[in-house]
Amino acid sequence: MNTGARRSTFKFVLVVAGMFGFGFALVPMYNALCDAIGLNGKVKMQAAVAEPVQVDTSRTVTVQFVTTVNGGKPWQFRAEETSVKVHPGEMRAVKFYARNTENRDLVAQAVPNVAPMEAAKHMRKTDCFCFNQQPFAAGEEKHMPVVFMLDPALPKDVDTVTLSYTFFEVEQVAHQGAPAQPKI
Amino acid sequence: MAHHDHAHDDHAHDHDHEHHGPEKGIMRWIKTTNHKDLGTLYLFFAFTMFFIGGLMSLVIRAELFHPGLQFVDPEFFNQMTTMHALVMIFGGVMPAWVGLANWMVPMMIGCSDLALPRINNWGFWILPFAFTMLLGTLFMEGGSPAGGWTMYPPLVLQTGNAFPFLIFAVHLMGISSITGAINVAVTILNMRAPGMSLLKMPLFVWTWLITAYLLIAVMPVLAGAVTMLLTDKYFLTSFFTAAGGGDPVMFQHIFWFFGHPEVYILILPAFGIVSTIIPTFARKALFGYDSMVYAVASIAFLSFIVWAHHMFTVGMPLAGELFFMFATMLIAVPTGVKVFNWVATMWKGSMTFESPMLFALAFVFLFTIGGFSGLMLAITPVDFQYHDTYFVVAHFHYVLVPGAVFAILAGVYYWIPKWTGRMYSEKWGKIHFWLSAIFINITFFPQHFAGLAGMQRRVPDYAVQFVDWNVWSTIGAFGFFLAQFIFIINMLACCYGWFGRKQGLPDRVWEGAHGLEWTVPSPAPYHTFEEPPVVSDNELTAAHDSVDALDHHKLS
Repeated sequence: MNTGARRSTFKFVLVVAGMFGFGFALVPMYNALCDAIGLNGKVKMQAAVAEPVQVDTSRTVTVQFVTTVNGGKPWQFRAEETSVKVHPGEMRAVKFYARNTENRDLVAQAVPNVAPMEAAKHMRKTDCFCFNQQPFAAGEEKHMPVVFMLDPALPKDVDTVTLSYTFFEVEQVAHQGAPAQPKI
Repeated sequence: MAHHDHAHDDHAHDHDHEHHGPEKGIMRWIKTTNHKDLGTLYLFFAFTMFFIGGLMSLVIRAELFHPGLQFVDPEFFNQMTTMHALVMIFGGVMPAWVGLANWMVPMMIGCSDLALPRINNWGFWILPFAFTMLLGTLFMEGGSPAGGWTMYPPLVLQTGNAFPFLIFAVHLMGISSITGAINVAVTILNMRAPGMSLLKMPLFVWTWLITAYLLIAVMPVLAGAVTMLLTDKYFLTSFFTAAGGGDPVMFQHIFWFFGHPEVYILILPAFGIVSTIIPTFARKALFGYDSMVYAVASIAFLSFIVWAHHMFTVGMPLAGELFFMFATMLIAVPTGVKVFNWVATMWKGSMTFESPMLFALAFVFLFTIGGFSGLMLAITPVDFQYHDTYFVVAHFHYVLVPGAVFAILAGVYYWIPKWTGRMYSEKWGKIHFWLSAIFINITFFPQHFAGLAGMQRRVPDYAVQFVDWNVWSTIGAFGFFLAQFIFIINMLACCYGWFGRKQGLPDRVWEGAHGLEWTVPSPAPYHTFEEPPVVSDNELTAAHDSVDALDHHKLS
């Protein structure tokens, strides 16, 4: 094989290796994009700092709550109020109810999501049961708090925000070694 | 490459050194590094896969002949839709293109073989292993993958024992196509005969060079994506697992970043073949050679920035929807340039309608229909209605079957006399063409209507108002499948000299054909262009009807 062919083969192999790496590099890039613009309704998994802001009483936004239990588990999981009306800037506390209907102990983790996605980064939560894994004894029930605020920068055309939680069993996906705080 | 000045006729000279003919028996095919042998192996492999994938599509169509469940259970139906796609894309169309590139690229640019002959052998021989693994899952407990060829998590992660076989089969197919692509690209860039500058290369070589770049850029991304699926299932990572903080939608972005260039990988070489065949049978030079090259390059570039049009309904910001909609529509411009050039090539040409030309003409017409339905799907608001319906099925089958597959058939008809030295039966070629062209439209045209009326894809049952369309579709599919045996027998008869077919064709089998492959004998000797040929204007796609070239043609 002549040197030109050898050199271009080498270059193409480098490109192949680089593009294999690029596939993985898309993961942090995607997550950064989600953080920046709230793509796919991803919301922060850490508590927001509650700074006092001017409550915008001229607008009322309906916040709906949706709950799902992953994988067809028989647990009970629901919001105690299906929806609330809030003004942007107003701090609001709601409660979610969950009961482990199985005859065994388990640990569950709730993963939140917000629709429409442009509302995701305006959903500020100072407290949420999703910040931590929730242990349930067999048959145990819990009333779990969420304290949230929609910041007044929420786009004007958004009058309904849906906050959804999906409950996953922790043992199913991540064994003991997994971090308590999901990676976002 | 050393430049040899020589005036003698290449193919006539004696091979006085170690060169020899092929080995005898099965070891010829296992050990071969000859581009013609490997081209043949790739084509036989591809048509075997077309047969297997075709049988799977018949299972699908038989089940959909009537509403309700009649032949297979829904789980097996889903396995068929998944496997049909994987087998046809990775086992049929892609190896067929690599096979045609193996045969034709060295003969078109005037070099003796591909740059990496042993890699070429290896690239082919991992394919049978890949597909044994993939097809073997049909006989496993739990059956084959059934979550769709797009392998979306979390559904695909529920695949049973077949899952690791699916992932490693995709890895092997990826390695095979990457080695094939590197081989073709290195050959084209470094081993062209003197005088064959880039902008004088035949269009098939150009389209394959760009296809090779696409393959090299995106197959590794697919390999990365399926590796992440593998670690999500077995090694507790959470790339796509929401419970661990991952995002299943991210898989769709990564997959379609591969997937959209992939659909151009399947169709660009077809553009090259059609751009070769139409000038031959219109007896005119290709209209707008340079614009053809730039159009292909623009399509390849645009293919990297339109991936999210496959996932409008998944949800994305309005700005994203607008961007992906307009970028997608932009692809219609270079595609329109190509269709215009093909039509302009025929304008006032002395056309004849041999089988390769018929398939090439059907390609232009039917691929354009597939392009139009693609344009409809690009419109975001209406895509919400079309998404995951039979309209999408009709769209991509129009661009892939009367598109890519017709171009493969056209290419085989066009070059089989050069490969075997025997002419195929024109009568049976025409019968094959008309049956194929009629049945393929009976198969896929009604699916547009079924889809617009709301029939979902990948579901074994449907509402009764879709019965008529599905009955037509099933009849068409069985007819098309059976018609292909005419082709297979016609081509095998050329290979083996059945029906008393004799060798003895002129070098230039088609009198309107130009290109270096027509300057070697028919059948093409085992080794061609061991010394680089002198490229005359008469053999150049872009220049062969210039005044100089015409004079040369009369003299020769």
